[in-house]
Amino acid sequence: MHKGTRIIAFIAVFLIIATMPFLANHGQASADPEVSLDTPAVNEMPVKQCIEPLQDMRSEHMQILDSWRDRVVREGQTTYVNSVGQPYEMSLDETCLSCHSNREQFCDSCHSYSGVDVYCWSCHDGASNNSNGGVE
Amino acid sequence: MRKRDDQQTKAYESHSLKRRDFLKAALATGAVGLGGAALLRFISPADTEAADWGSPNALGAKHWGLVIDVEKLNRFANFSQIIEACHAHHNVPAVNDPKTEVKWIWQDDFEHCFEELDNAYLSEDIKAQEFLVLCNHCENPSCVRVCPTQATFKRDDGIVCMDYHRCIGCRFCMTGCPYNARSLNFFDPRPYIKEIDPDYPTRTQGVVEKCTLCVERIDQGLPPYCVEASNGAIVFGDLADPESDVRQALQSGLSIRRKAELGAGPSVYYLIGGGVPAVAGGELNA
Amino acid sequence: MLEKALHGSRRYYIWLAFLGALVIVGAIAYSRQLNYGLGLTGISRDVPWGLYISQFTFLAGISVTGVMVAIPHYLHNFKAFAKVVILGEFLAVAAVIGAILFVVVDLGQPARVMNVLLYPSPWSIMFWDIVVLGAYLLVSIVIGWTALAAEKKGLPVPRWAKVLTYLSIPLAIAVQTVEAFLYAGLPGKDYWATAILAARFLSSAFASGPALLIMICMIIGKVSSFKVLEKAIDALAKIVLYAIVINVFFFLLEVFTALYSQVPAHQVSLTYLFFGYQGHGNLMPFMWAAAILAFIGIFMLAVPKLRHNKKTLVVALLAVFFCGWLDKGLGLVLGGFVPDSFGRVMEYTPTVNEVLIISGIYGIAMLVLTILYKVVIAVRRED
Repeated sequence: MHKGTRIIAFIAVFLIIATMPFLANHGQASADPEVSLDTPAVNEMPVKQCIEPLQDMRSEHMQILDSWRDRVVREGQTTYVNSVGQPYEMSLDETCLSCHSNREQFCDSCHSYSGVDVYCWSCHDGASNNSNGGVE
Repeated sequence: MRKRDDQQTKAYESHSLKRRDFLKAALATGAVGLGGAALLRFISPADTEAADWGSPNALGAKHWGLVIDVEKLNRFANFSQIIEACHAHHNVPAVNDPKTEVKWIWQDDFEHCFEELDNAYLSEDIKAQEFLVLCNHCENPSCVRVCPTQATFKRDDGIVCMDYHRCIGCRFCMTGCPYNARSLNFFDPRPYIKEIDPDYPTRTQGVVEKCTLCVERIDQGLPPYCVEASNGAIVFGDLADPESDVRQALQSGLSIRRKAELGAGPSVYYLIGGGVPAVAGGELNA
Repeated sequence: MLEKALHGSRRYYIWLAFLGALVIVGAIAYSRQLNYGLGLTGISRDVPWGLYISQFTFLAGISVTGVMVAIPHYLHNFKAFAKVVILGEFLAVAAVIGAILFVVVDLGQPARVMNVLLYPSPWSIMFWDIVVLGAYLLVSIVIGWTALAAEKKGLPVPRWAKVLTYLSIPLAIAVQTVEAFLYAGLPGKDYWATAILAARFLSSAFASGPALLIMICMIIGKVSSFKVLEKAIDALAKIVLYAIVINVFFFLLEVFTALYSQVPAHQVSLTYLFFGYQGHGNLMPFMWAAAILAFIGIFMLAVPKLRHNKKTLVVALLAVFFCGWLDKGLGLVLGGFVPDSFGRVMEYTPTVNEVLIISGIYGIAMLVLTILYKVVIAVRRED
């Protein structure tokens, strides 16, 4: 019988450990991420339009970046022609970040909310991470 | 939220449909195991619209190469300026430790660069001359052969490139390169970069890097930085084209290559005691 | 059957705790390396491979022990090895796990290791190495476990497992061959660019591996009631003797080519290893020690009286094992990088952090080995 008690005790311990993340974070839901478009380059645009429609950028920006990366690095291509025939340079630094120069409020806010750990910034966007303490 | 333009969306979807379908297919094969997905990626044809995506300015060639006129280099060029032009623009960290340093192009003397050609009675002139060494962009690169992920690969125009996103840092390429042209990032390189050039990415800890023959410039229609900074001592062009500057330069005297006997086919030639027809740095036969 | 590893003597638990401590210290050291980068090791631009890769090569060699026992038993029906076959297979399992871990800690970007499978590159020997090691690991686990389960039930080993054993023989040979090809096919690395490198790897492996297996059998005999037949130990010792003699012979072939041809490229690494070069000679004492140990080992194994005496046998086996470790686990990899392509010498000295990681991985390999052997012994005690 005392073995049964032990089994129940260990099941309880297991349940506590397994549900720990939920218990610890209970009632502390993070606010939705706020994606800011308030940058000089975006404000100057007459029509606020990314390289592709908003919904597609939201759901597939990672596939676009992945395809750009392979095209530029491995195939030596430079220009992306979007769905309405407008050309863009395939460059995270030169194209994406020239408008979205507020990486922390734009990229990072969503990524950290959803727990996505991207390693783009260890090589790209050197400007905002200058070893001399940043550009500004 | 902005109302979506149907036409736009359709065009975009046709553009990305293949990709989506492919992803689905890859997921499906996931059940068969990683090998299946990899196989699919292996056999899936390259996107068909690729031809439209190049820059109209890109320089074309069958086999890019460099000819370094050693005499001109020593008389008219500034070594540190050339090295600095390359290293500063490419965010090469300045690590002052021979064990962990990163270098794309650097200088050394004849006795070391051409160890096998050295002899006891070498002319003092040659001994006094300095050489520039860099990745040889070999015709038959052993680094590409040994790489387990194709992170280093040879382009159709002969340039041996690095895909830092794919490199796992196994350093097989460093062992396989007979020219010691490759460097590992033994730690985060950013603290060692005096001023980060925002136009070029840095590298990250644990990946191997080397000279890329300024492929990003060639794709935009510009010559490599070292050529531009060499005051005409480094000639750049298509080795496959008999009319090119490099081929003309090679006609003018004796040229040697580092360790040519190993069969890697280095594309960097050293012109010894020849006279290069006056070619201004950066003037191209594109 | 694995639950049998949970019950043991006090000594067993102390040993496990010791190995566990090694592993924990190694894990802490590795997390430091992950954070900072390979700058925490002694490897450099000129010597890009150090002790991690050389230990990987050495352990992959140890793993072929499995077939050195399986061949006489399954192909020649040598009954004395019946109880040793499973031990050989499990030694292979532990060694391959250690070898794979050494490759992983050696990577600058370990999180991307799956790129090797995502972008298969059949012309890269590294790709084949991972394929062959993975296959050998799987086959060894399945064979060892199935044979043990059959033994527990008092049944003969199932037919399919025997077929798998036959398959494991060429696989083990392939492991060593591919391992040698990692080195032997590189332009400009003349110390490695020798056609008999794979043969040297095999002979060295067939000496060090069985030497280790005999010593482990003796330790098992001391700490448990399970005894390995004298006849099996003597047969293994003879295998060790032949293998080390062949290995030394192969090495002397290299020395002849280097010394008689007098081609600098053939000579320079050997000169560096044994006599120093350009004032650098860190490895000299180790290489001479390896040479002396080889001859001590050969002499003591060749004299029957010394081979049959347990105490002198252990000395001989230790000599052979450490000779193999110094030759393959140290001199081979490091000697190949001297001089660099500019004729200069950069020496390699491992750092403390690196050594702690290495001992951690050996800790994991020994932990795996201990647990597997514990299960074997427990199963056999029930008979």
